[in-house]
Amino acid sequence: METSIYSVIAFYGLAITILGNATLVVFARNIVHSVLFLAVTFIAMGGLFLLLDADFLAAVQVLVYAGAVCIMVVFGIMLIQRADMKATNQFNRQIFAGGGLVALVVAMCAVFAGRTAWTELVAAQEVPAGTVQFIGELLLSKYVIPFEVAALLLLVALIGAIVIARDEEVKANAGD
Amino acid sequence: MLENLFVGIADWLRSLLGGLGTPVEINEAIVMLVKLVAILVFILINALWLVYMERKVAAYMQARIGPNRVGPKGLLQTTADIGKLISKEIVIPGKADKVVFLLAPVLIFVPTLMVFAVIPFGKNMAAIDMNIGVFYLLAIASLSTLFFWMGGWASNSKYSLIGSMRVVAQMVSYELPLVLGLLGVIMIAGSLKMSDIIAAQEHTWFIFTQPIAFLIYFTAAVAETNRCPFDLVEGESEIIAGPYTEYGGMAFAMFFLAEYANIMVICAMATIMFLGGWHAPFGLDFIPSWVWFFLKMYALIFVVMQLRWTYPRIRVDQLMGFSWKVLVPLALANIFITGIGMKIYQAIGW
Repeated sequence: METSIYSVIAFYGLAITILGNATLVVFARNIVHSVLFLAVTFIAMGGLFLLLDADFLAAVQVLVYAGAVCIMVVFGIMLIQRADMKATNQFNRQIFAGGGLVALVVAMCAVFAGRTAWTELVAAQEVPAGTVQFIGELLLSKYVIPFEVAALLLLVALIGAIVIARDEEVKANAGD
Repeated sequence: MLENLFVGIADWLRSLLGGLGTPVEINEAIVMLVKLVAILVFILINALWLVYMERKVAAYMQARIGPNRVGPKGLLQTTADIGKLISKEIVIPGKADKVVFLLAPVLIFVPTLMVFAVIPFGKNMAAIDMNIGVFYLLAIASLSTLFFWMGGWASNSKYSLIGSMRVVAQMVSYELPLVLGLLGVIMIAGSLKMSDIIAAQEHTWFIFTQPIAFLIYFTAAVAETNRCPFDLVEGESEIIAGPYTEYGGMAFAMFFLAEYANIMVICAMATIMFLGGWHAPFGLDFIPSWVWFFLKMYALIFVVMQLRWTYPRIRVDQLMGFSWKVLVPLALANIFITGIGMKIYQAIGW
């Protein structure tokens, strides 16, 4: 990673964008606005990957998160259409449970951050120009089993979705 | 001379800035900025003229003359139209989500314009020749779904909402065969870099080695841009104008112009991936590479326009079934056969 003044400015700009928009996702009253803020958050995170010279991961971030995950949420919103969208993103009263969980996550992050040898990581070798090939080779050699398991999981999810949709169709036809 | 017209301009600008004694990085940044602004202006003007072209093609197919009053041969018709649209009042529906409603037509152009930064318009004429060019293009293009939906949602009207649901469903479904169709080409070229893909087509265009992939890509791409016969999104007999129903004046024109800019993107992409990019066919090298690129691109744009005035609109249930039951399996089969074919070629040592 570069440590010039420009990349430092870019990093803090992106960090503020991500944190600001992530906060707005939680606090926006209208769930539609939340989705849009979420998309901005994802795209800004793609910017962070770019800053680390990981251009392929940045594109994946935009394609999968901003392009697909947000669209999934959009589908959800459209299917549960309500007359009044003003107060759809509401708070519940589980403040203590939520606070405890957040404290746990923060503590875990702190422990792992403290254990990691950051200086050695930064001093590691430079990122090669074409990252796609290396990622592809790693996925099909060292990480082939997790890769295949993930593929299987997606297949199961796909078949499950078809079965659920199919079932209703059969019932609907039987009712005719 | 003509061959290197644009490259020459860039070099001239670079040497001019070099004479001023400013740091090299700033000079390069200025040259890059000039390149991107030039592309931007070119695209916007082109989108304007494509509206005129569409009307002329429509008129030709219906044995009419088409626009012929404003300017020579009616060439200034769209300019006059835009002048009128700009002067119109911006009407915001009472129950609309105001900020999102106004943001959508502005943002709709962003992905399209970002995509053009990586397209090589001729030999050495890509503003940015990215390592992951094709993937970047697909990733950025996938964002436009969200902006169509924003417009349709924020209008708070039944027709807009149905339209935007159709946009999301259609664009998500057809993105899959589009990407899978391109994968066959990427497998043969072995790179996501646009210049590498074009270089791999120096002798044989990929349309000859990947004809099925071309058909899948082109069909899916026409559906991605919501053009006829896949224009259910704005099917005027059913849902008025879909997501654009509540928009008027320049806001409507922005969606309209974005559609034409998107047609340019998909046709430029088809030219790069299947028609050899800027390579001249039959060794006709004396015509500059960028002229070839634009000739191929406009030929494809003409085909897209002709499709609109030839075929009727397909039904909603046919639309989804066609993507998931025909195009996706076909694209997967194409990838499979391409892989086997490549292995056989390697085995016999071609």
